[in-house]
Amino acid sequence: MIRLEKVSRSFTVGDQQVAALRGIDLNIAAGDYVSIMGPSGSGKSTLLNLIGLLDRPSSGAYRLDGGDVTALTDEQQARVRSEKVGFVFQAFHLVPRLTAAMNIELPLILAGIPPAERKTRVAQLLENYGLTDRADHRPDQLSGGQRQRVAIARATSMHPAVLLADEPTGNLDQTTGKEVMNLLEQLVEQKVALILVTHDPALGGRAARQIHMVDGQIVRDTGRST
Amino acid sequence: MLFPDLVKLTTSSFLSYRMRSFLTGLGIAIGITAVILLTSIGEGLHQFVLSEFSQFGTNIITIQPGKTKTHGGNVGVFGSVRPLSLEDADALRHLPYVENVNPSVMGNAEVRANGKTRRTTVLGEGRDFAKAFTMKVQSGSFWTDEDNEQARAFVVLGAKVNQELFAGQNPLGSYLRVGGQRYRVIGVMESKGQILGFDMDDIVIIPAARAMELLNRSGLIEMQVSYRASADVNAVIRSITERLKDRHGSEDFTIISQEQALDVLSSVLDVITFAVGALGGISLLVGAVGILTIMTMAVTERTSEIGLLRALGARERQVLALFLGEAMLLSALGGLAGLALGVGIAQGLHLLFPALPVHTPWLFAVLAELSAVTIGLAAGVAPAMRAARLDPVEALHAE
Repeated sequence: MIRLEKVSRSFTVGDQQVAALRGIDLNIAAGDYVSIMGPSGSGKSTLLNLIGLLDRPSSGAYRLDGGDVTALTDEQQARVRSEKVGFVFQAFHLVPRLTAAMNIELPLILAGIPPAERKTRVAQLLENYGLTDRADHRPDQLSGGQRQRVAIARATSMHPAVLLADEPTGNLDQTTGKEVMNLLEQLVEQKVALILVTHDPALGGRAARQIHMVDGQIVRDTGRST
Repeated sequence: MLFPDLVKLTTSSFLSYRMRSFLTGLGIAIGITAVILLTSIGEGLHQFVLSEFSQFGTNIITIQPGKTKTHGGNVGVFGSVRPLSLEDADALRHLPYVENVNPSVMGNAEVRANGKTRRTTVLGEGRDFAKAFTMKVQSGSFWTDEDNEQARAFVVLGAKVNQELFAGQNPLGSYLRVGGQRYRVIGVMESKGQILGFDMDDIVIIPAARAMELLNRSGLIEMQVSYRASADVNAVIRSITERLKDRHGSEDFTIISQEQALDVLSSVLDVITFAVGALGGISLLVGAVGILTIMTMAVTERTSEIGLLRALGARERQVLALFLGEAMLLSALGGLAGLALGVGIAQGLHLLFPALPVHTPWLFAVLAELSAVTIGLAAGVAPAMRAARLDPVEALHAE
């Protein structure tokens, strides 16, 4: 489903070219559970942004569901992001002035889904993630675990094919971190491809397939999918 | 994104910064208040002045002796031009559409009755004076026959002259001396008050022929022609011009129609209203700078939120719409508050000082609100464009 071929990404810092990714080849299928690990500056976040279409490769090809997505306009990429990609961040990234329900509804609003359908979907998600009684609370009235549950509910509201999680437990304690990981792993059973970026080996070890990156290159990949 | 959702989202950010939104909206509100207040006073004055000028009716044409050239004013009776005569006035009576022709002379003389003396304005007019100027006679009437050779010695009194000389008595039939000659009082005018400084009640009206003799003048000061309201003013002017040119041999007179004079006056007053409105517009600009500042701050503060929206699938245009919507909401609400304040203060001033005329046309209110929204839009464009063009990755990781 995700197919990267010789993907490179370099940034211009001052008058120097800094390569963040060097010739990455990567295939990920629907329902894969992949963790990407490596020291900071190894390019794992850049790779995640590329897969999530927030960034474009400097060279190489990226196919998502068979189509080349690097050639798409910004507008078309936004559409693909809306329909196929879900993001979960370390810092939750909830809109502080909106209620939990509104935060979950946000991707549906942006996609222009009719209000009636949005209402049932949001109600279902609130129930699935045990947030029904927190629906009208603002993020600052929620615990860290509840906030990340809202973020996961939001990421899955458009039924994405890929879920990208960047250190999703980084701001949580051990117990709630485990709960959050369980929720994310349940999505894998529903054939969502889960890509987890972390530098915590224990967390990364939970994934069926582990990728280690150093200096913009994949140095170890425990399983290759075709 | 559906429109109601856009409104909901922009309102949510508007409400989350209440104080700030209030102050920014206040900037626009003060600007709109100034514009509405100043234009209301300007428009009130406009209507006041026009009504002063048009209370004698608007279908009046004035003919004065002497031709007005490019400058220097008209030479009137002092020039070497041929004066307008009573016969000229008679000659116009039978032109098409003409209803009344009033020859007019004006001067100053001593009037005496009941042993009291008063210096007052003497108007020499025709019998249709009251009709032509839509003025009312309180008691009695004007003379009915008009003989240019031997006009009868009748006088109609202004309300004030009547009050001063015949207080409490019925003056009709009494005699009054005007400049030494004896006149019989046959009517009293209804009180009209002052018009642009001239006391319309401190007058006596006698036949124009006698006034010319009394005041020792060889011609009329002017003639007023009233025409049927349905007639085309230019056609009437043309026929008058032709008739008088036939009689005088050349165009040695000036024709001013009340309608044209009012048009000129009205456009001058419009310019004044516009000018004071523009002055108020300066404060509106200050309000626009306020919106620009707040929106620029909002984009900086909410950079990571913009990144998030992009990650959730928002297109650049949607981000643009959200921030433009906020700027417009601020200015639209500020504008509405300003409208209410402006109209409120204008009416309040009118209550406090009834002499100050105010008037707020609907069109001004609508235009003011539209310009508020336009200003909000213009002030919001730059910050909203910046928000829309942020790089999503950098925006997401901004603190």
